[in-house]
Amino acid sequence: MAQYVLSVLTDTGDLATPEEDAAIDVFNDQLKTDGHWVFAGGLAMPATATVIDARGGEALFTDGPYVESKEFIAGFWIIEAADLDVALRLASQGSKSCNRRVELRPILGQ
Amino acid sequence: MTDVDEVIARVHRAEWARVVATMARRFGDLDIAEEMTAEAFAAAVERWPTDGIPPNPGAWLTTTADHKAIDRLRREAKRREKYQEALMLSDSPEPLGVIDDDRLRLVFTCCHPALAMEARVALTLRMVGGLTMPEIARAFLVQEAALGQRITRAKTKIKAARIPYRVPYREDLPARVTGVLTVLYLIFNEGYLASGPGTEAVRGELTAEAIRLTRLVRELMPSDGEVAGLLALMLLIEARRTARVSASGALVSLAEQDRSAWDRELIAEGHALVRARLASGQAPGRYQILAAINAVHTDAGDVSETDWSQVIALYDQLVRLDPSPIVRLNRAIAVAEVDGPQVAAAEVDALPLEDYHVFHATRADLLRRLGRHEESRAAYDRAISLAGNTAETAYLIRRRDELPRPFGNGRG
Repeated sequence: MAQYVLSVLTDTGDLATPEEDAAIDVFNDQLKTDGHWVFAGGLAMPATATVIDARGGEALFTDGPYVESKEFIAGFWIIEAADLDVALRLASQGSKSCNRRVELRPILGQ
Repeated sequence: MTDVDEVIARVHRAEWARVVATMARRFGDLDIAEEMTAEAFAAAVERWPTDGIPPNPGAWLTTTADHKAIDRLRREAKRREKYQEALMLSDSPEPLGVIDDDRLRLVFTCCHPALAMEARVALTLRMVGGLTMPEIARAFLVQEAALGQRITRAKTKIKAARIPYRVPYREDLPARVTGVLTVLYLIFNEGYLASGPGTEAVRGELTAEAIRLTRLVRELMPSDGEVAGLLALMLLIEARRTARVSASGALVSLAEQDRSAWDRELIAEGHALVRARLASGQAPGRYQILAAINAVHTDAGDVSETDWSQVIALYDQLVRLDPSPIVRLNRAIAVAEVDGPQVAAAEVDALPLEDYHVFHATRADLLRRLGRHEESRAAYDRAISLAGNTAETAYLIRRRDELPRPFGNGRG
């Protein structure tokens, strides 16, 4: 088994509609029933993000980094799948349920 | 070439994919599979001339590649961990579906839809076709270094994202077979209508390779109608290859081709495949319909004997599957033969294909037949500026220059 991150891409600030929310719930339940579920969450708008840089010793806080960018990540799933074919199928269902594009990326090193 | 060289070349064609595929399954790693297979063939080149050709060359190559891989894995302990990991991965308890052959797994892995199309083509030619990197780079007019990078990136993705080495799940199978056929047809078309200035108009080595790979896929999936359709389509196009380009390197249109130069054997094989598909009673897919259209053309002893109504009926069937403007453009060409150029021109003019040279070439031909020579000339000019294939360009220039000149335009 491998884990994958399914990032929900969006270029509008619109929250999910009630229909989209309902479809996402159905998809989440399916993930849990089939043993693919690890974690999922929606993210607040990029304007709420803080970048922390403590590489120099003292932590520096700034806005960003995606405040200005057109496209950003609105939420994510972490799923478990045997291989990419399974993950692609789940990602397609995820994209349909939230009605947005999703990026599928493997988590390294398991 | 000595006898041994010939045997090695023949064995390379026959056994390369099988050895790579067996190694890929055994070691769960395409890199090792490819490199060790190449080393095994290098060993054959070195040893067979003195030791003699082994009674079972394929088995000799597999054993040699296998030993080399194990030696290498022993030397590289780190790789070995990965290897065991990979082995566990490929020991999937999942049933492998109706069809199973290591080479088929290899084909599906190389043509995986999560890989970029260019990478699928390059990987398929390298891993399944056994072409060398310089050969592939030459065929697609890319730098060898760039090609190497493309293949390396694809292999990395296969490993890291866990693209499985397996025949797809049953529910994914139809779409995945279509994906494989797209790759094969793209290789064929690059050979058939080579793009890029200064290249040969038709690159027989690519069309031949595409046909060979399609034959292999057909052998592995004999009951798939679209695989048979694509093979028939390639054979019927390949049959006309020599008649299609003149001695001076210009394209010769279907109507003008010397039909006695067509390859009768390939046509007979293509027709037999089309007939078998028709007899199956199953609804044909895109490639089967295209093959049937080509069967109608190759059935006519002379262009005037072409059954154009049948061609239109087949295009109507194709439009229902794929209503794209390019399909409708090809349909309009047949319409011109039945309903005349006026009707066809009206259909062509409505198509949004401003950047496609065939659109302008078709318009130019219809306008010429309607006697609208100046408009025809402008359309030829546009087609010439967009065409990428040297033989097509030469053909279009000839047709344009054959247009009658109007009086007193000073170009005379």
